[in-house]
Amino acid sequence: MTLAAFAFWVFAVSAVASGLMVISSRNPVHSVLFLILTFISAAGLFVLMGAEYLAMLLVVVYVGAVAVLFLFVVMMLDVDFVEMKQGFLQYLPIGVAIAGLVVVELILAFAAWQMPSDSEFAAASKIATRGSPLAGPDAPNNIEGLGLILFTDYVHYFQIAGMVLLIAMIGAIVLTFRTREGVKKQDPAAQVARRRDASVELKKVKSGQGI
Amino acid sequence: MIGLGHYLSVAAVLFAIGMAGIFVNRKNIIVVLMSIELMLLAVNINLVAFSQFLGDLAGQVFAFMVLTVAAAEAALGLAILVAFFRNRGDIAVDDANLMKH
Repeated sequence: MTLAAFAFWVFAVSAVASGLMVISSRNPVHSVLFLILTFISAAGLFVLMGAEYLAMLLVVVYVGAVAVLFLFVVMMLDVDFVEMKQGFLQYLPIGVAIAGLVVVELILAFAAWQMPSDSEFAAASKIATRGSPLAGPDAPNNIEGLGLILFTDYVHYFQIAGMVLLIAMIGAIVLTFRTREGVKKQDPAAQVARRRDASVELKKVKSGQGI
Repeated sequence: MIGLGHYLSVAAVLFAIGMAGIFVNRKNIIVVLMSIELMLLAVNINLVAFSQFLGDLAGQVFAFMVLTVAAAEAALGLAILVAFFRNRGDIAVDDANLMKH
């Protein structure tokens, strides 16, 4: 067994095992931590496949942002999670049945599929041959190749991804924003809208007396 | 030798785990969101595996898009969850039938 095969089995087993722990652990904090382990294992699989950029992206985006977001929310919400575990055994048979069905379907679908030969592949898609710097003898590395097509052929997808993230950010802010009552806060609009006669008053002060 | 089939099997199993997680944890919306993340991860593994074994980087660009949408989905899902919790005081999705009555 080569080192790559060994690494594959390690990452595959750890991904599947921690995936199982995500859905079966009693405490959601543990679920999040196992989710992180799953993502790291998947990043390992990506590295084995030669997709280094996506592997690092997975670690940075998922482990660094999404999983920590989950962790924050799980710890912030004051919920009795033990009560939520009820119904686990009740739904276990149907869950396992549907999951088994999906696995069988996926395996059947893949077994019926034939890897296209190189000529078929080239004939089927022009962009595929253009976007396949993986194969050439002087092929650029993963990040370089990805950059070469991401900013040319797929530049619109790239921009749409940016818009998706922008809208998600605005949506998250709008959803969680709330104005609290009774908090003294600076209101710049009210400050700017203030006129002179609302705040300055002339008083006739008699000499020898106070106001 | 590790081939395409091995990676696809791992992805299929992960996808099925995510799907089973949605069923067995249907009271706990946070774990349901995590199961959705697992399923998206399985899809990403599929895309990257095909990208690698067909020698076409387009699959990795697509995985990049799936990653973006998954991140946006997680952020929005958790934001909705926090807003829901603030309004109701808990996150029991069984009781989320205000619109029905």
